[in-house]
Amino acid sequence: MHKSIDLINERIRGGSARVVTAEEMPAIVAELGEEGALKEVDVVTTGTFGAMCSSGAFLNFGHAEPPIRMERIWLNNVEAYGGLAAVDTYVGATQQSDTLEAEYGGAHVIEDLVAGKAVELRASSRGTDCYPRRTITTDLLLENLNQAIMCNPRNAYQRYNAATNTTDRVLNTYMGTLLPGCTNITFSGAGVLNPISNDPKLRLIGSGVPIFLCGAPGMVVGEGTQHSPAGGFGTLMVTGDLKQMSRDYLRAATMSGYGVTLYVGLGVPLPVLDLDVVRATAVRDEDITVDILDYGVPSRSRPSMRKVTYAELRSGIVELNGEAVRTSSLSSFRRARGVAQELKVWVERGKIQLALPTRAIDPQKMARPMHQTAKGPRVLDIMDRSVITIGENEEIQTAAKKLLKGETNHLPVVNDKGVLVGIVTTFDISKAVANPGKANHVRDIMKKKVVTTTADESVDIAVQKLEQHNISALPVVDQQQHVIALLTAMNLSKILGGRWLK
Amino acid sequence: MKLLVNFSRGRGRKPIIAQVVRDTGVLINVERAVIDSSEGEALIDVPDDQCRLVRDSMTRLGAEVRILEHGVNLNESECVDCGACISVCPREVFSLDTDWKLKLAEEKCILCGKCIDACPHRALTLPL
Repeated sequence: MHKSIDLINERIRGGSARVVTAEEMPAIVAELGEEGALKEVDVVTTGTFGAMCSSGAFLNFGHAEPPIRMERIWLNNVEAYGGLAAVDTYVGATQQSDTLEAEYGGAHVIEDLVAGKAVELRASSRGTDCYPRRTITTDLLLENLNQAIMCNPRNAYQRYNAATNTTDRVLNTYMGTLLPGCTNITFSGAGVLNPISNDPKLRLIGSGVPIFLCGAPGMVVGEGTQHSPAGGFGTLMVTGDLKQMSRDYLRAATMSGYGVTLYVGLGVPLPVLDLDVVRATAVRDEDITVDILDYGVPSRSRPSMRKVTYAELRSGIVELNGEAVRTSSLSSFRRARGVAQELKVWVERGKIQLALPTRAIDPQKMARPMHQTAKGPRVLDIMDRSVITIGENEEIQTAAKKLLKGETNHLPVVNDKGVLVGIVTTFDISKAVANPGKANHVRDIMKKKVVTTTADESVDIAVQKLEQHNISALPVVDQQQHVIALLTAMNLSKILGGRWLK
Repeated sequence: MKLLVNFSRGRGRKPIIAQVVRDTGVLINVERAVIDSSEGEALIDVPDDQCRLVRDSMTRLGAEVRILEHGVNLNESECVDCGACISVCPREVFSLDTDWKLKLAEEKCILCGKCIDACPHRALTLPL
């Protein structure tokens, strides 16, 4: 049996279409069987509501008198793109305010416009014969704009890896607050309700397909940026009319220590054409698996701690290394449900009809990492190879002499096998001299917990270590923990001297 | 009932909490405390019917005591029921109900403030 899209649209127009949400579908398929579900259900609505950083809106202001060709543009002190001829801009969700920084950004500008609040436009131009005006400042409401078109390059991730943190400090990430020692797990995504998870082969979702976007009728433009469905991480580029959107499904947010983002409510109605659609929309939270990644590793490829399903994540507790760890969702399942439910009402009332893609999205694509022609500076480029070390059994006076002779403030301490076991600084030695007591040897005064780096580590990571631990030098060690060099704050001046940053 | 106790340690470093436990016989639960050489702040939990007795005794010993009627405050018009606060709270104040709506067990809150920054929507505030 096959149902055509025309038949389904005819039923929608006649008000007789049977519409269910993707959350209701698994039980229907279990009860009626696949054939029965195909006969019974015409449309499955999906929905998701979560942080979608890659979002923004095109705004058209109309011409001022005298006219201006706006080159630099700010909306409530948030800079917007000024490279779109004279009177248009694109305001990106994550752009931060020049004055309020992470507490206000492009996402807040968009939310304020949708909420009916006035937004201050400030723009400048060098002035031309046809556009003589140099500056403009004016307060604008959404209704004052000719067009306000949301266009989001990367939305509706098919699923998203969960996050935890093995380090001993709190991490502030786009995955929220990650407590030390893997004591919480954060995740994002609507699982059973996610649009692409209900159409993983992208047979129904493609260019031109009508969607629900933040309360407004919208459309799929095509594949989203970073679209990587081969690994289970498809994305969509979507658009919709900002003027019809609602704050119920669009919220600005700030991830502390990370920055501004926009919570977007997005749903796609899926026509139940055949058994393949029935099977795909019968997907459950139990069937959708993601990795729990360690965000303590500051690298593109973060190690996976284990695999986990959305059902486990949503249960509130996940077992990790034998411990029961609490989870936090960053996206709202309640609002995702609200999106799917409202979309269901739209279809039932004939407010929206369905369409098949005018152009298909590639379901096999794999996003590649950045092609880098030049590597950023590494520790080996700037480290000081003339490092002086001291044995742990040496006397403190010997250490003092070495520090003086070497004109350094840091002495890595090694054992008789040359392995790093500690570090002493001029401060440690001054303290030992000022308070003469039991301490005679280096091992008595050295700091045993040494933060180290390696020769091929990125300088940016090493700098982060210096900042986080509030220290001024890192011993550079090889795989056997032998000290091969020292990286000090002084060495960093080589970079500031312009060798890398121009 | 929770009480916020502020005391200066300038005069004689009196063991205020221990003294009040002995004088009143009320078992005081110290939920959190920050104490340094000159001053201290402690959040204590005492049975509701004895909180005035404890407050008065501590006030007599020179502490400033405030009865905290409320835990962390949720602004429902900003909250989107995501649940980012749930796993950062040390006292399991937050949970999602069967409709996935965020609910608060306000009486468990010790006003540590960890959830405030963890909320992406700035929907949580301390009532102080």
